[in-house]
Amino acid sequence: MTTIDYLSAALLIAGATFFLAGTLGLLRFPDVYTRLHALTKADNLGLGLTVMGLALQAESWAAAGKLLLIWLLVLLAGASIAHLIASGALQRGIRLWKR
Amino acid sequence: MEAMTLLAWGFDSLLGLALLWLAWLALSCEDLFRAIVLFVVFGLLMALAWMRLDAPDVALAEAAIGAGLTGALLLAGLAKLGVDDTGEKERPENRSVQWLPMVALLPVAVGLGYTIFSLPTNAPGLNAAVTANLEASGVSNPVTAVLLNFRGYDTLLEMVVLLLALLGVWSLGGTALRREAAAGPVLDTLTRLLIPVLILVSAYLLWVGAHAPGGAFQAGSVLAATGVLGLLTGWRPRSTLSALPLRLVLIIGPAAFIIMALFTLLIEGQLMKFPPGKAGVLILILEAGATLSIGATLAALFLGEHPQNKARK
Repeated sequence: MTTIDYLSAALLIAGATFFLAGTLGLLRFPDVYTRLHALTKADNLGLGLTVMGLALQAESWAAAGKLLLIWLLVLLAGASIAHLIASGALQRGIRLWKR
Repeated sequence: MEAMTLLAWGFDSLLGLALLWLAWLALSCEDLFRAIVLFVVFGLLMALAWMRLDAPDVALAEAAIGAGLTGALLLAGLAKLGVDDTGEKERPENRSVQWLPMVALLPVAVGLGYTIFSLPTNAPGLNAAVTANLEASGVSNPVTAVLLNFRGYDTLLEMVVLLLALLGVWSLGGTALRREAAAGPVLDTLTRLLIPVLILVSAYLLWVGAHAPGGAFQAGSVLAATGVLGLLTGWRPRSTLSALPLRLVLIIGPAAFIIMALFTLLIEGQLMKFPPGKAGVLILILEAGATLSIGATLAALFLGEHPQNKARK
């Protein structure tokens, strides 16, 4: 294994950790808003790290560019959809969770 | 490498079990909305399973059509049904009505299982024949070669099935898509950003289909997603567009196929037998037409009613 392999393995494991944390948050957090928070933050970062780890292994710049594009599209869609779900939930009168 | 194969085996088993579990949950779920979400998740995992089987073409189609557009169509259908989520629980029909289809399906399941287990474990299939003739097909992606050249009439019939589905929906009258609220600035910006990107992706999938996974159905469903996104944010085709132009776009794919089939029948003496030198160009033309028609048909299915209905009222 070369230095690049170690680096991309570290990035992939870090990405997977974020996915795990996000999933845990989705399952354990008390209401829709906090769950969205866990999901989008963790997914954006987790996918970003995964994409970086994979881009290091990409065969060409074009492949790395496509991976980056996928991440950017997911960022855009994820953030927008989280906003839409949250505003939809607010409109339906779902209360914010308070301790 | 022992550890890797064990890991792959474990992953595949988990995937298979998750698929069975999700399928059961989606079928047995009382809440229709939840069932649709489960169905979409099932489609996404199914795409992953196709990837594990080294079938990226099918995986793309499953993710785009099976999970994406079918999910959107089901949700649109649910919204039009107007079923109250709370009233769903009480079901008047007795249990025997539910058991009857199960009893009827049992022999089918047994028969299917018997057939699968009696298949030869290592069948060569038509792999060798496809590889041998790939040179003459005009494309280098074997899946596209089979779909558009060797078995072109299959794809023609699929296009006609889609068109018939839309005609069925239109002749039933359909109800308009409900709009709960005006699109906010976030959805509006997202749509403005995504629609050009989606059109580009669709064109890319169409072009790349000649030598890599992709093709008309994947490209068409991405195009349809563009339409669905537009329809969700309140865009409606203008009445001048929805008359003749829409009908033309809807039939351009099947029409191109039928014209091509007739010409090849007259010139080459065989249905859908392309001259080897020109096959690449002909396939691209067919796929371009098919992409437009598939995209328009699926988006029109999402809209439900005929776009001109309002003008007539």
